Parts: sequence; C-alpha cells; structure tokens
Amino acid sequence: MTASANSGHPGGSLSSVEILTTLYFLVMRHDPRNPLWPERDRLVVSKGHATPLVYGVMAEAGYIPADELATFRRLGSRLQGHTVMQKPPGVEMSAGALGMGLSFALGCALAGRLDNLDYRVFCLLSDGDCQEGQTWEAVMAAAHHRAENLTAIVDRNHIQNDGFSDYSRYGGGNGDRPQRPGGWVTEHGHTANIMDLEPFVDKWRAFGWRAWQVDGHDFEAIIGALQEARGLKGQPSVLICETTKGKGVSFMENNPAFHGKAPSPEQLAQALMELAD
Amino acid sequence: MVQVGQMEATRSAFGPTLARLCHEGLDIVCVDADLGVSTSAVKFGKEFPERFFTVGVSETNMIGVAAGLAASGKIAFCSTFAVFAPGHCFDQLRMAVAQPRTNVKLVASHGGIVTGEDGASAQALEDLALMLSMPPFKVLFPADLLEAEQAIECAARTDGPFYIRTLRPKTTVIHDESYRFELGRWNTLRMGSDVTLIACGSLVKSALDAAELLSDDGIDARILNASSLRPMDRESLLKAAIETGAIVTVEDHFVHGGLGGIVAEALAEERPTPLRFVGMDRYGTSGTTQQLLEHFGLTPAAIADAARDVIARKTG
Repeated sequence: MTASANSGHPGGSLSSVEILTTLYFLVMRHDPRNPLWPERDRLVVSKGHATPLVYGVMAEAGYIPADELATFRRLGSRLQGHTVMQKPPGVEMSAGALGMGLSFALGCALAGRLDNLDYRVFCLLSDGDCQEGQTWEAVMAAAHHRAENLTAIVDRNHIQNDGFSDYSRYGGGNGDRPQRPGGWVTEHGHTANIMDLEPFVDKWRAFGWRAWQVDGHDFEAIIGALQEARGLKGQPSVLICETTKGKGVSFMENNPAFHGKAPSPEQLAQALMELAD
Repeated sequence: MVQVGQMEATRSAFGPTLARLCHEGLDIVCVDADLGVSTSAVKFGKEFPERFFTVGVSETNMIGVAAGLAASGKIAFCSTFAVFAPGHCFDQLRMAVAQPRTNVKLVASHGGIVTGEDGASAQALEDLALMLSMPPFKVLFPADLLEAEQAIECAARTDGPFYIRTLRPKTTVIHDESYRFELGRWNTLRMGSDVTLIACGSLVKSALDAAELLSDDGIDARILNASSLRPMDRESLLKAAIETGAIVTVEDHFVHGGLGGIVAEALAEERPTPLRFVGMDRYGTSGTTQQLLEHFGLTPAAIADAARDVIARKTG
C-alpha cells in the first residue's frame, strides 16, 4: 500500500501485525456489518500513522473492500494517510498527532460503564505516544477512575521518526559518546537515544495499572495476557509488547529509515518475497 | 427570577443549566479539570455524580475524554478557564472534536480583561480567534446570565462542537425573561440610523451606555448583540452597513481574529464600510475589572469616541 501510494509508514505497521491480528480475529467482539453496534469492543489506534496495517486488517475482517486498499492516500479515498474517525465506519478515532488516543479511549470506557454496557476498549500506543504528556494524564486518570474495561497495548519497537528511542536497538555501538546524556546524531543521520522511556513497565505500575511485558510477535503471549486482563477488577491494564520495527523484512527491521518512507518497487518485491516465506 | 439591571456572572449559568437539562432527560455528561467550583460545573456534579468526571489539572486529557464520551453517544460538556482550553488544547480540539465533529461542548470561563486581578496569564484574549479558526465549531459569547443559560441549552440541544465563553465577574443583566437566544441571530437592542455598535459579552452593556452618550450629542446609534460569532448574522450586519453606513465593533478580546475580524471580513467581501475596532491590542495586567476597562479603553466614553470618529469618515 505504501509503495503504491509512494509514501506512508511501513515500519510501525509491520511491528503491530500480530497485535492487531489477535485483536480483530481472536479477541474483540465486533461485527463488520454493524460497525457502530453500541456493544462492540472498541480499538482506538493512537498511533494513527499505522494506517497500512489498520486498513489492511480491517479489509481482511470485512470492513473495507479489498480493492479499495489501492486508493490509500489518494484524492477522494476514505483511506487517508492517517486515520479519520468512522472513515470507513469501524475506525474509532481520528489520529495522527500522537498522544491523544488514550484519553479518547478512556472516554469510551467511562461511557460504557455509565450505560451498563460490558464492552472493552483497547488502545494501541507507540513509543512516541508514550513521550506525549497527554498520554500520562490519561494513564493517571484511567487508574483514578478504575477503568477496568480499558486495556492499553504499547507497540514497543524502540524506534521513532528520527531514530532510536534508546540504545536497546541501536546496533552501531555507542561510538565515542557512550554515556552522553540525551540524544545524539549517528553516522547514518538518525538520532540515537531520543527519549528513553525506561523503566517503562515500572512507570505504568506506579501509576496504578496492571502491566504485562510480552513478546509482541508471539500470538500466544498476547492472547494469554489479554485473557488475564479481561478478568481484572478495579484497575486498567496494559500490555507492553516488545516488537521489532519493520518485522519480517530484512532491510526494514530495526531501520529507522522506514518509519515514514515507502519502499521502492524493487524493495517491495523483495519485502513481499520475504514476508511470504 | 433574574431582573434587568441585576449583577450576575455568566459563568454561574453553567452547572445549574446542565443539571436542569439532564433532569429533562438529555444524556449529558461533564468532564472537569479542577476548576468546577469556578465554572459552576460542580452544581451539575452534585446532582449527577455518576455523570461528572474529574480528571485533575489535565486539560488536554479532558478534551480527549469528552470526545470519547461524545463518540459513545453522550452530550459531552467540559469546562475550565479559557486560557487553559482552548489555550492548552488547540490540537486536541482540532483533531478530537473539530475534524470528526464530535458532540463536545467546551464552556470556558474567565474570558477577557474583565477577569481582573489574576493578571495577564489568566486573561484569555485569543480564545475566540482560536475557536473561530476551526469552522466546525459554533462559537457563542453571551452578554448576560439569561443569554448564557439559553446559549448553553442551545449547545446541548444542537448536535456538534460548540465553544461558549463565559466571564468571571458579575455583569449587568440586560435581557428580560421574554428574550429568546437564536443561533446565528444578532439581536437588535436599539434601533439607530447614524452608526451601528456591534458588541459581544459584557461590553454589550457598555455599548448601550455609549449610545446614551451619543444620544446627548444627537447621534442615533444602533446596537447589535453579536453573541453568536459563528454562525454570524450576515443579514443584520449588511442591513446595518447599508442603513447606518458606519460600524464600530466592541469586544473584550484582541481586535484581530475575534468579532472585529469576522465583521471586517464580511464587510470587505460584501460591502466595504467605514469601521473602527474597540478591543484589546496588547496583553493585560492586574487590576480590578473596572480599572482595567478604563486603563485599556473599553469604556462607554471610548466606544462613543470611536463612533464619532467613524461617522466622520463616512462618505456622502
């Protein structure tokens, strides 16, 4: 889709594949023929740049005709570069500026409780989302309101627009600046150690959330944690999914260059071949 | 029963009006960011505790939570001071409310210089410009308590995003019980043929007082209450431009981007007319409401001076 549109965000889409697949096909109560069903489970995608994946999975689930995917990012299409609320129906929220999804998801969760509906609300967050102050306002508020019907899922790929969030995925070594505080620019022009979120799991727990750290490419691990989260009383839950940006495509994996850039036709052919294996 | 001439703060309309409408069966919720005592939101919260959500001092989160509630079918009100929302929250209002047209109503108090002693940081002078910059928002600035109650009810009963600006100090009630607010209508409070004073908020009363001063000089001023900034009343504006040939806008807000801005834009397109802006052109400072109005030239005398000036610029 990004290759056809010649723009877009493939890296952070590939890192969330298992998460979204699990939600749409194994976990969420939803009906593609009735996308506004009041009792549906809701997925609020805060990392609104992951549209190639969101639309791809929604097409597979029956929300979008498969041939419409070719209109992605084109004039007149419902499928804009970043998500737009209810375009197509089933997209819960407009996103694109990071940090807004969890507040919205909390509002949906509070409304469900007020209406005595037992739906669950899931919110997909990125590393960048968790650097925005509003996300932590919402983290605080969700625990305060004991929003047990809310589950956040962080696609923790440790890579963001300019480069590496921390040192964990930076393969180039620390060079001559091993202990320098703050970020610095690597020999490839990326930024390293942009804003380290660690100790990440502890932060969520300190804010009153039940937190699991799982392999975000392991279906069973994701399903297991979500099942435990479902039984939780009195507190919201978060899955910190450790993932690999660009997962499954050798030249995209852990490569910040493919955060917001489409592959060339040659790269696309290679990527599709690798993903088919 | 509120009487004309009585002093009442428009912010005190908020909580009680929401409570009344919720008792009437409207599916209202209210999100509050630790200023519910000041905005009177607590008066709703006390009657409907399960519909009142406190989020602490986190205005951006407040807008997001309200949008989520609205997207789940609620009429979602939220309130704080205008410097905090829209002040802190332009992006949230843009992406979670304006673009998807969620049913969120932001009622922000402490607009303008009349906020007083708290000083420049607390006096919102840009909020109307920020909100008018997003077309999906209806933008209202009621002139008194009675109109504030009706504007809030209008917002509750009309689907889509609203911004309503209320004020901290007690200001004069100018409408009697027979008044009916209408979205997009600028009520004519005084007919006149020499000049039109278009005012909003508490300065509508100041414009009425200015008209009395002008009347002493034999000048007959028309007064329009521009409480509905979007949609605006282009018909009344054009009629005033044609019939009086000179216009003064009066607002407790920066003169660009607010009432002066929308009047200038409409007249420039439809019928260029001599125009003067009375409003703020710099940030405020501490002082009592009355001292600040005098210091920054938002008085009946200053409005009358602007009217005389613009009349002198009429051609033919």
